[in-house]
Amino acid sequence: MKHLLATDGLDPDLASAVLDTADELKKTLLGREVRKLPTLRGRTVITLFYENSTRTRVSFEIAGKWMSADVVNVSSGGSSVGKGESLRDTALTLSAAGADCVIIRHPASGAAHRLAGWLEGTGTSVVNAGDGMHEHPTQALLDAATLRERLGTLKGRRVAIVGDVLHSRVARSNIHLLAALDVEVVLVAPPTLLPAGVDALPVTVSHELDAELPALDAVMMLRVQAERMHGGFFPSAREYSIAYGLTEARLRLMPEHAVVLHPGPMLRGMEISSAVADAPVSAITEQVRNGVHVRMAVLYHLLAAAGGERD
Amino acid sequence: MASRPRDATEPGEERELLSAGDVARTIARMAHQVIEKTALGADSGAPPVLLGIPTRGTSLAGRLTDRIAEFSGVHPPTGALDITLYRDDLRRRPTRPLASTRLPESGIDDRVVILVDDVLFSGRTVRAALDALRDHGRPRAVQLAVLVDRGHREFPIRADYVGKNVPTSRTEEVHVLFSEVDGRDAVVLRDGGGDA
Repeated sequence: MKHLLATDGLDPDLASAVLDTADELKKTLLGREVRKLPTLRGRTVITLFYENSTRTRVSFEIAGKWMSADVVNVSSGGSSVGKGESLRDTALTLSAAGADCVIIRHPASGAAHRLAGWLEGTGTSVVNAGDGMHEHPTQALLDAATLRERLGTLKGRRVAIVGDVLHSRVARSNIHLLAALDVEVVLVAPPTLLPAGVDALPVTVSHELDAELPALDAVMMLRVQAERMHGGFFPSAREYSIAYGLTEARLRLMPEHAVVLHPGPMLRGMEISSAVADAPVSAITEQVRNGVHVRMAVLYHLLAAAGGERD
Repeated sequence: MASRPRDATEPGEERELLSAGDVARTIARMAHQVIEKTALGADSGAPPVLLGIPTRGTSLAGRLTDRIAEFSGVHPPTGALDITLYRDDLRRRPTRPLASTRLPESGIDDRVVILVDDVLFSGRTVRAALDALRDHGRPRAVQLAVLVDRGHREFPIRADYVGKNVPTSRTEEVHVLFSEVDGRDAVVLRDGGGDA
């Protein structure tokens, strides 16, 4: 693996291998005295974030450090980006400074792909940590890891992705990854929050959350992304919450074994009630924990093996 | 061919060094040596912890533990220690899958740890295992048990328990086979065709 830019088109065997690696990393780190592995000693990882983030950035940084890579954080605020340097020049600068891997978050869809194109031939790997409304592949991988851990297997399971699918890169990455792993995906959202071309995606679509809940193995709640909404996507927050919010009453419609996921940050009382977020069926803190192991696994598959023979 | 040692293998040829019966007897003898060297008995202190290095070291550790329990009445804790993340040749090969690491509940602090592997060759695996152990705790002592020692060490490492010493050339390959992984028990010598 040279870059991780999207789950669309990701080889299912490679995705499973990353999940297996993450699983072993989690087990081997559990309860040990020194949570540090020498595997990526001498490798330099740079996180380049043009958007705010807590969990993604922190978990990439911890993942790199636990594997002994040198991790450098660059944010748009404190760098030459603020002086008007282009993304291309910033990328080439970071690569020339010795980055083996650039992890990028950017508000423009496709930014990670452009970066990978510019860095072709430099040996620097690119990881997409969220680009606009396009993809966020490591989030999908950690969601799959969490589901696999909670449910045992993924094949043949049924997962609903609920809410603001239109603006959600998390949803897009999950749709492609889950489909590749033979999970049935149903999108539940008001028609205004579904993307154009939804018919071409490997999913079914529903506008009735209550009708879907009894047949689900897991439900993935999405944050309503007010910062990307310019216009009336639904009449009011209260009405959205009544139709698509996950409440305790709705929880009771789901099977006993079902799992609740949320990629964070959560808007308690909007798409998910506080009681549900803190209930045992919620795997939200496990998602964060697994995020570190999944990102370690991604860095392992990108950076640990032979440069010329990366698969 | 005249320059080859008398009993060297021909290219592609496979020679059985130990049969299934030999493997069982060898493991039994190693079990007795472990009991003697670690003074295992009813009134001794904490028994040693056997940690197998996947894949076949884990199989060997399981069998050694069973024999030790049979002969001494004490069942030593056993586990697996994957060393992939500690290898010094990761960057020379395609991505390697990880194997599992499972330490016994008792932990390894202040215990005698016996690392168990199938074949001792360059010693690089054992070096990596010593590094890995350090991150899991501080054993009182570390010993090494191998079914086959084939020579050609590249580190100052030697085994405390050796099933069989096999003089080899570098082009040959020694393979330990265990029924749970390979369908039968044996140790075989193969000519690697000179690319070893």
